[in-house]
Amino acid sequence: MGFDFDVIQRSLGYLFLDGMTFTLTLTALAMVGGIVFGTLLAMMRLSSNAIVSSLAGGYVNLMRSIPLVLVIFWFFFLVPYIGAWIVRADEPIKVGAFHSALITFTMFEAAYYCEIMRAGIQSIPRGQVWSGYALGLDYWQTMASVVLPQAFRNMIPVLLTQTIILFQDTSLVYVISATDFLGAAAKVANRDYRLVEMYSFAAVVYFVISYGLSTLVKRFQDRVAIIR
Amino acid sequence: MEPGGTGTYLHYLLVGLLWTLATALAAWVIALLVGALVGTVRTTPLRWAVRLGNFYVEVFRNIPLIVQMFLWFFVVPELLPEAMGDWIKQMPPPWSSYLPAVMCLGIFTSVRVAEQVRAGINSLPRGQGLAGTAMGLSVAETYRFVLLPQAFRIILPPLTSEFMNIIKNSSVALTIGLLELTGRARAMQEFSFRVFEAFTAATVLYLLTNLAVVLLMRWLERKVRVPGLIAAAGAPQAGH
Repeated sequence: MGFDFDVIQRSLGYLFLDGMTFTLTLTALAMVGGIVFGTLLAMMRLSSNAIVSSLAGGYVNLMRSIPLVLVIFWFFFLVPYIGAWIVRADEPIKVGAFHSALITFTMFEAAYYCEIMRAGIQSIPRGQVWSGYALGLDYWQTMASVVLPQAFRNMIPVLLTQTIILFQDTSLVYVISATDFLGAAAKVANRDYRLVEMYSFAAVVYFVISYGLSTLVKRFQDRVAIIR
Repeated sequence: MEPGGTGTYLHYLLVGLLWTLATALAAWVIALLVGALVGTVRTTPLRWAVRLGNFYVEVFRNIPLIVQMFLWFFVVPELLPEAMGDWIKQMPPPWSSYLPAVMCLGIFTSVRVAEQVRAGINSLPRGQGLAGTAMGLSVAETYRFVLLPQAFRIILPPLTSEFMNIIKNSSVALTIGLLELTGRARAMQEFSFRVFEAFTAATVLYLLTNLAVVLLMRWLERKVRVPGLIAAAGAPQAGH
């Protein structure tokens, strides 16, 4: 069997305009959602209220114990029912692959971002919190203007590395037949029966992007480090 | 009744769990062997070997697992000599996806193991290696009798979490047709429309497996802990 790498050139538009746009949008939105929700979870886990902290701890441990593929299936089937319950509809509402994937990745990655932010918050000296209280700030003000900015800055390299992993993990939306970059490549591969060419090309593209980003993170790491 | 019509769904899922474990364990053997080799090589003074090791790590760390799965399943048999490729493609059903899945997970995880092994060796005091040389051991003997035994005892906790990852990651093998636990839960849902029962059962089985691994490894960690060292609670790492 001969190889036909021409198929890649013919499908570039579909691969990047449809597929890669889906992948990058999903990555960016899930990153923002995941970090926001993850930070809230981290604050809950560090709460002195036993119920609040064990609730967050249970959620994080559950998400970290089951495979992402299973989580994707769970949300793909659950979200229409939860949505129907929220808007009080009788029938499960229709949720597209993109929104289902966005909710899944936000909820799932939040568990991982939570652990990073928890370590970040714990790396801040206690005295910082006390001086916040001494200045008359309440809990939320201390968190927002003293603790979180420092914790966030300390953890930026790890948060970015986690985002590169998130970028790679979004390829798993293949299992719900979404057209992300890999999904687009798979559709062309099966239509033209060019599996070898398309999957090799997909591997190269993912490699170049992930490797490029992780090199940038390494450079960035030295620049944002707080000098102590 | 299960899709084959021979037993209960619980039995069907439990067989899936066995496939999950069989895939994860076989891949773990590859991951440990290759990972120990690559990790060790990257701490030696051999420059070309270090470069080769770095290249290996970067390649397999920067390609998503599912894409690597497809490479092993669709691409590798085409690139091998024709007779061998045909032999792989014509294996009877579970094996034709089991073998690529094991290879893929093994190599994918070996990169993470290599990083841990390298970190473990580098965390040992320099004096350990020098003492080995002073005793008249060759470089290979120093690694074999002095450095590696200590390094493995130190990195046991991170290796535990890599082992749990390999169990979870084996679910990606459903994309190349391996009916492991998650794949069977999905098949059960398609046959019976019992979405919640199928996924709840699979979730519970994964949680129980995790619990068993945690208890087993906690016992092992207590047994092999290096006396005098505080259990290293390394810096937070990104993961999945």
